[in-house]
Amino acid sequence: MRLIEEFQHREKVFDFMMPNTSPALDVSKGYLLYLEDISVSFDGFKAINNLNLYIKEGELRCIIGPNGAGKTTMMDIITGKTRPDSGSAWFGQKINLLEMSEPEIAQAGIGRKFQKPTVFEHQTVFANLELSMAGAKGVFTTLMARFSASQLDHIDHVLNQIGLKQQRNLLAGALSHGQKQWLEIGMLLMQNPKLLLVDEPVAGMTHQEMDRTGELLSSLAGEHTVILVEHDMDFVRSLANQVTVLHQGSVLAEGTMDQVQSDKKVVQVYLGE
Amino acid sequence: MIARVLWSFLLLACALTTHAATLEQGLEQLKSKDFSHIEQGIATIAASGDDNAELILNLLLNGEIYRHKKSNELVTIQGKEDKQLIIVNLFDDSGDSAQTVSKRKIKKVRINNKLRASLKSAIASLKLNSNDPVLRLEAVNQLIGKLNPVLYQTLLERQQTESDDRVKSLIDVALAVTDLNSQDSDKASQINAIELLSESLQPAARNALQQFVDETDNASLKFKANKGLRSIDERRKWAGHAETLFFGLSLGSVLVLAAIGLAITFGVMGVINMAHGELIMLGAYTTYVVQLLMPNNIALSILVSIPAAFLVSAIAGIMIERGVIRFLYGRPLETLLATFGISLILQQAVRSVFSPLNRSVATPEFMSGVIEINPVLSLTLNRLYIIAFCLIVFALLFMLLRYTRLGIEVRAVAQNRAMARAMGVRSEWVDAMTFGLGSGIAGVAGVALSQLTNVGPNLGQAYIIDSFMVVVFGGVGNLWGTLVAGLSLGVANKIMEPWAGAVLAKILVLVFIILFIQKRPRGLFPQKGRSAEG
Amino acid sequence: MTTYQGIFDKSTVRFLAVLIAIAAAVPLLNTLDSSNPLHVSTYTMTLMGKYLCYALLAVAVDLVWGYLGILSLGHAAFFALGGYAMGMYLMRQIGDRGVYGDPLLPDFMVFLNWQELPWFWNGFDQFWYAALMIVLVPGLLAFVFGWLAFRSRVTGVYLSIITQALTYALLLAFFRNEMGFGGNNGLTDFKDILGFDLQANATRVALYIASAVALGLSYIACRFVVTSRLGRVAMAIRDAESRTRFIGYKVENVKLFIFVMSAVLAGIAGALYVPQVGIINPSEFSPLNSIELVVWVALGGRATLYGAVVGAVAVNYAKTYLTAALPEVWLFTLGAMFVLVTLFLPKGVMGILQRKSPANSSGSDDDTPKPELPQDGVKA
Repeated sequence: MRLIEEFQHREKVFDFMMPNTSPALDVSKGYLLYLEDISVSFDGFKAINNLNLYIKEGELRCIIGPNGAGKTTMMDIITGKTRPDSGSAWFGQKINLLEMSEPEIAQAGIGRKFQKPTVFEHQTVFANLELSMAGAKGVFTTLMARFSASQLDHIDHVLNQIGLKQQRNLLAGALSHGQKQWLEIGMLLMQNPKLLLVDEPVAGMTHQEMDRTGELLSSLAGEHTVILVEHDMDFVRSLANQVTVLHQGSVLAEGTMDQVQSDKKVVQVYLGE
Repeated sequence: MIARVLWSFLLLACALTTHAATLEQGLEQLKSKDFSHIEQGIATIAASGDDNAELILNLLLNGEIYRHKKSNELVTIQGKEDKQLIIVNLFDDSGDSAQTVSKRKIKKVRINNKLRASLKSAIASLKLNSNDPVLRLEAVNQLIGKLNPVLYQTLLERQQTESDDRVKSLIDVALAVTDLNSQDSDKASQINAIELLSESLQPAARNALQQFVDETDNASLKFKANKGLRSIDERRKWAGHAETLFFGLSLGSVLVLAAIGLAITFGVMGVINMAHGELIMLGAYTTYVVQLLMPNNIALSILVSIPAAFLVSAIAGIMIERGVIRFLYGRPLETLLATFGISLILQQAVRSVFSPLNRSVATPEFMSGVIEINPVLSLTLNRLYIIAFCLIVFALLFMLLRYTRLGIEVRAVAQNRAMARAMGVRSEWVDAMTFGLGSGIAGVAGVALSQLTNVGPNLGQAYIIDSFMVVVFGGVGNLWGTLVAGLSLGVANKIMEPWAGAVLAKILVLVFIILFIQKRPRGLFPQKGRSAEG
Repeated sequence: MTTYQGIFDKSTVRFLAVLIAIAAAVPLLNTLDSSNPLHVSTYTMTLMGKYLCYALLAVAVDLVWGYLGILSLGHAAFFALGGYAMGMYLMRQIGDRGVYGDPLLPDFMVFLNWQELPWFWNGFDQFWYAALMIVLVPGLLAFVFGWLAFRSRVTGVYLSIITQALTYALLLAFFRNEMGFGGNNGLTDFKDILGFDLQANATRVALYIASAVALGLSYIACRFVVTSRLGRVAMAIRDAESRTRFIGYKVENVKLFIFVMSAVLAGIAGALYVPQVGIINPSEFSPLNSIELVVWVALGGRATLYGAVVGAVAVNYAKTYLTAALPEVWLFTLGAMFVLVTLFLPKGVMGILQRKSPANSSGSDDDTPKPELPQDGVKA
């Protein structure tokens, strides 16, 4: 009997036969994300080493750290791409991220923006936003999907927000680098996630584009909780109040930008003294 | 054939002088219609010690000796003319006595089953004195279970002087079988016999024990014999396992040879080369052509073929890489299709040039034959050579990739193309060389295959899917994985064959790999870490 | 965006118009007197019916390859399975008219000294049951195979290779007499279908029209899928699979749905093919067949559907012509086609035509041609 139960549990294909409800997100304690004692290693190399991180609801948290500190791996763990060797990851009080697949995590309300902008280049800007729209994403619902007026409004609204209204029928592949970054942020907005993971959004951007991106991100915070991985210190300073420094897969320091910058360990890691 | 034997016999007949009298006496007795006379005759001839005794007995056994009714001479049939027969006297060296007679004029010297048995043992005891150990072995085998006291004594004497181990141990078995079944053996010698037979792997030993178990009334002896049977069966089973393993390893070696070139082009370069099978085929045809060029020296032609096939396939491979594949890097599915097209072209080209029929390539003498480990386990030499050849090729390739400049550059380009270029590696050149290397090894595999099967235009197709399975099963980009996967798939195939049949075994292996890839998409020995992603 | 406009865009309407015209014209021309220069012989009509089946198969391949990015090298297996299901029905229809006159057992079973019908042959005397199996067997195989493969994220060339292994394994299996599918010789000597004589002209016309109707309906069904949001999800998976996962789509399920649908269409194509050619044997499973039909789609142009139809008809016409006129040349031509199409026509013949007429607004993938020249460093 147990065996059957386990089989049914692992079986993921028939999920589209069931109503697609995500377990209730419970943030009654004020914290949205709990990462506890997480470790993961590749070929003996410890990418994440006993990491502990707590994110409050509505917070905009910046994660900084030198290359190889485990920032991207941490995001992989939160979004289900990588499974940790040990530790636990909870979204709110009730959702265990380690038991869920990538699409389930996305449906539960965690959105991710990749370091390299990845939009669907062979589809229009509009279709890109349509695809990331929140809602049921089962096979048959998708097959029969029609737009409601409010959904069209939402897409229009987001198009305005990211400034791509003119380009709505353009193929995403034809956009400039900065526009792609914005489109990707727009896709996150369509997803309407509780938690946003943003990986180096301003890499390779001009200053103007950077400012625009900063505005976008700031407007997101509050309504959404944002975790931002970034190298550009000025950009981080302009945005966040809480900063976490990762080093060799664990938290080195946490605090405001000023606190962190005066932390001796951080200085040592960054300047190698 | 018979005529030839006869002629040589007739030519030899002039040498019959010294013991002519006794031989003649025996021959005279053969003319009788009474079987008991003929039996005496056989004994006389066998005891004559004449060089030709064996030949005459063989003729008699085969029913080739006739009596001419009118002259009462012994004759043999030399040929046919219309419906008449040409007959020759037994001891006519010149052929003067040849005459044409009707069938009714001669009468065959008839023998019955009893005579046949005594003929066989007579011939066997004659053969015992042969200089060729293989003939002696055959003779002893012939005699097992049919020893009369005289022969027993002969064998006993022979055993003292016998120099060949195999013959000696077989004589032991023959003697023991007689001891076991003889009425006047005492229990001790029977026990000895059982113990000796239990040690032997000769089929005759097992049969004798089995028969003894079925017939004997003596419980303790029966118990001992049964125990002996079990121990024999146990050892035969192991020999069977060893044989399966050997067959499996040789099949696996073929798979490894076919796949290892692919492991380079697919594993190291990420190129799907569907024409790989046809490069193997080119190698096999190269062997065929080289052999046509030097028909008198098969052994040398094989050795020449190895570098020749390597070159032919390598050049073909480099042409494919420069002409097509280099435009398709980073688009594996397109590469797959384009190289498949090339494979069709190569197949048809070979069909047009060499005809669609299969060609056979001769196997040099040093590769044919068997090594007999014991009576139930013998290894065929050509398979043994294939295994050795596979290991040598693997070792060479492994060292090439590990220790040479080219090897380092190949690995550098495989791991990080842009970086390797920045370091001054000519990545285009390395691509061409790597592809040439993989293709050349396919050609070498073709040489090996030409020794196992016929060479035909479809030779490559038969191996391409298997080769891919081996590479994917072993883990892409891992030479060791390819070796382990190839050998284990070969062995698995051979293990399943006895109870599933060859085709079903193959299907099962395929299904297994399909399921295995689902479970571990990166094969047995996956490349780990960040670089393996994407 | 109302869906029906989406489905029936200009190219689809044009395609369907041509299809209907051909479907109607050929049987009409067939009724003309054979001395009339416009007369189409029954042989030619059956040949065209065969092409229509191939076209349907090509559409099925385009659905998974063009829109979903799965290069299946085993689609001939689904085609052949559908064909075998139909063949089994036709065998049962022979009844006692076989050489051995056994009312129940097909000739090859009598020949093999079988005493009773294997269990899996039961029910095939009923057309509805056979029709069900035509859809169910390829669909089920695709479901099981896809479920295993997609769930464990086997993608790209790995997937292609194991689909090829799948059809190869089936090829070997169906060659075995013990399997109960006629072994080497397959199933043949069919007499009639639904009570109509297979050799009769009217039956041939009906089969031809049935093939055209099946192609038309399947085409519309495929258009429905590819113009739906699911179709856009499929293309998203094709272009950036993991990204699609991160916005909440269960990629496995989408793939499975389209893969199974494609397999079912291939099965239907096979079922219509068999009564027209009069035989089904294991060689239909050969990996060469599967890979050949990929070149039909590549030649016609991927992710257009009608390109697949054009490619299938063009290549098969060339094959019919060349294998009869210059048998030596056919494999050279086919091989060259593979090479040239991948090197110079990554978007197929239809891709060239589209580039010449930029007015076409239906395709979403024609404005950004992929770079055709090598890109160093792109390799994984």
